[in-house]
Amino acid sequence: MQEFSVLVGGKAGDGINTTGYVIAQLLNHMGYYVFMYYDYPSLIKGGHNFTIIRAADERIGTHCENVDFILALNAETLQIHKNRMKNDTVKIFNGDLVKSEGISVPVSTILKSNNFPDVMKNSAIVGAFAKAAEIPWEVVKEVFILHEKKLTAENLLVAEKGYEASIISFPIQRRNDEPRPLLTGNEAVSLGLVNGGLDMYISYPMTPSSSVLHFLAENEDNFGLKVFHPESEIAVILTALGASYAGNKVAVGTSGGGFCLMTEGLSLSGQAEIPVVIFMAQRPGPSTGLPTYSGQTDLKFILNAGQGEFPRFIVAPGDPVEAYTWSKTAMDIAWKYQVPSFILSDKSLGESTYSFDNPVQSEINILSSDRQPEIPYNRYSEKNDGISPMAHPPFKGEIIKVNSYSHTDEGITTEDPEIVKRQVIKREIKEKMLLEEIENLPSVNLSGDKNADTALVSWGSNKWICREIARRHNLRAVQPVVLNPFPEKSLKNALKGVKKLILVEDSKRGQLLDLLTLSHINVDINIQKFDGRPNSIPELEEKILKVIS
Amino acid sequence: MSDENLITSAQNTWCPGCGNFTIQHSLKSVISVLESEGISRERCVLVTGIGCHAKIADYMKINSFYSLHGRTIPVATGIKLANPGLIVFCCAGDGDLYAEGLEHLIFAAKRNIDISVFVHDNRVYGLTTGQYTPTSPLGFKGRSTPHGTKELPFNPVELMLCAGASFIARTYTKHPPDMNIILKEAILHKGFSFVDILQICASYYNLTDFYNKRIYRKESNDLENFESACITSREWDYETESGIPVGIFYKKARPCFENSFMQKKPGDKPVQEKIKAFLQTRK
Repeated sequence: MQEFSVLVGGKAGDGINTTGYVIAQLLNHMGYYVFMYYDYPSLIKGGHNFTIIRAADERIGTHCENVDFILALNAETLQIHKNRMKNDTVKIFNGDLVKSEGISVPVSTILKSNNFPDVMKNSAIVGAFAKAAEIPWEVVKEVFILHEKKLTAENLLVAEKGYEASIISFPIQRRNDEPRPLLTGNEAVSLGLVNGGLDMYISYPMTPSSSVLHFLAENEDNFGLKVFHPESEIAVILTALGASYAGNKVAVGTSGGGFCLMTEGLSLSGQAEIPVVIFMAQRPGPSTGLPTYSGQTDLKFILNAGQGEFPRFIVAPGDPVEAYTWSKTAMDIAWKYQVPSFILSDKSLGESTYSFDNPVQSEINILSSDRQPEIPYNRYSEKNDGISPMAHPPFKGEIIKVNSYSHTDEGITTEDPEIVKRQVIKREIKEKMLLEEIENLPSVNLSGDKNADTALVSWGSNKWICREIARRHNLRAVQPVVLNPFPEKSLKNALKGVKKLILVEDSKRGQLLDLLTLSHINVDINIQKFDGRPNSIPELEEKILKVIS
Repeated sequence: MSDENLITSAQNTWCPGCGNFTIQHSLKSVISVLESEGISRERCVLVTGIGCHAKIADYMKINSFYSLHGRTIPVATGIKLANPGLIVFCCAGDGDLYAEGLEHLIFAAKRNIDISVFVHDNRVYGLTTGQYTPTSPLGFKGRSTPHGTKELPFNPVELMLCAGASFIARTYTKHPPDMNIILKEAILHKGFSFVDILQICASYYNLTDFYNKRIYRKESNDLENFESACITSREWDYETESGIPVGIFYKKARPCFENSFMQKKPGDKPVQEKIKAFLQTRK
């Protein structure tokens, strides 16, 4: 695999993420697949932010510790990341602030000569990088016109000065691939929901879920959405259930702490059989934890949240392509089975940027029942398949009653033991049918050497790093995408013949570990990561090599 | 259609003498009148919390969402946002709405969403067998405060004025004709309507004599006057033994929250075309 990496670092407020995005677009326009990791502390100004953009000639979904270029917007950056540098790492920096060997860009001189404001300084660094990587000027121009919408001509002028001040140092080859759309995981979830027919998105801001709220709010006119930020997460989920009852397709978004407040509403969704999609972006807890970092420690919480027993669907996409496809599926399943449906993500997936070349049309089709509501209408009547035809007010001549209590077919409160039993069984039947359906979907991914007797099992954002390591070392990589109902049959199929099973998860205790144990799947080695940072190459590779040799 | 059609076959379990009977009767009358004026009952949705009041969801033969304790308003908000053509009203309890549901009440008033909230305010928890609520007077002896409460009640009417509700009224279950008028006006008001309905709890807090002596009808010919509404709302603070005004205290036109949201139009481009176009901007 041909690959290289670029690090951009500076202080919070320096526009690291947007500069990283421009670099990622340059490499995209040079024909590469890109992956961009963004690391930032929970503050607005000051502190150190950085991004690592990795480019390769094949699909990737993880970053690399060592970098080939380092773009330092302040002196601290070179110090903090000295361990990521190799002998030939090209250093490009703001010469006003940094004294070092490498390519010094006279940023203030460039800006002063045209009386340009300080906010344009990063364009000089980007220009210098382009020259160092031997990216043709017409590619720089194209990317700025497409992606630097504010003061395009002025920014281009600054970039050109940076380009002129730089020298070719680490030429990268131009590939013939057409540029691909670049998307974050959270953007892919948003688009997937839109593709699923989303009418309303309700969310209270909480990192790392907020960018879905921001993206959909920004695009509400374009996609015909109602986007609402109410007073609390309790209001979020209850408002969603009201909207769903009235016939809107609705999703909510939050992270662990916000989801704590949603649990009474979740249980109401289970009892009253009101569909809702819940986007849950994990960050490390407990409590406030590490707001801007990543973890996989809420799976068991999601699985068990809410009083009482009721079916729920949980999908954990591993990249934006899966996030796009399965977000629609999560919505289809919620509405078909009239259950709460989770899209479980994390900061690493949600806020990293990936090359996305998925067809807009989803390849997973959930066929909904075509049974029409009968007259007189009873909201909870059914024909032994657990699923009651769902109607919404106003329904001519009929009434629609939903209820948080145990209820009759009409939706009227009851404590009659026979009816209570029937309702419990109704919910159980739905769960069984849902399990049958997901066992027939691509609920488990298998890649790498499909016959290898050592397998890496992971979920969510660890998908691509495990795939890459598996491919390199002839291992099997298995990734359950659906986590509830648990696709035990498909998973056991994917693991057939495995003698050594290695679990890779961003937790200490092992969340998937417990699910595997319940299914009598034995994990031999549990590789844990619990510092909030995502696994990277070669860090994880070394840990795996140690246990397979 | 006769009123009787508005009642389900569910067995009624309210205590004899409960104010809830009057509220149910009044709602039934109002819905019948609205229907005769062209608002069909299919368009009406009742949202309730949890408590004695909430059984009205089982008893009324109309669309209903029997929600959670304190959570009438967010559900009603969602229903109205999803379909602004629906007529949405909440029956809530004073324990239900003024305790666990308070933040929703304040925000609904702030937003002026076009829903109506009828609070069955008997100033005690009935279904959980007699504890104090946010409108119980200081020293109220309930099962959780056997030696008397140590806190003053708050005045929900005054609170709603401050929060921005655009229709504010108080009524009393022993004045059914007045209640019919007020509930209908509340439903027809475009914007957030709040009605505190004083009712007695026959089992745990029977204030019939107290109310009969003090309640009087207040007429205002300047309902848009915020200052005079403030004065009326402060005549009784749910604590002192003063006269208790009932009637409509405040009514003012203000833009409704739900009208500021996008509604999908039939002629819109298919969503996949829009996604495709968006992806182009990320290349």
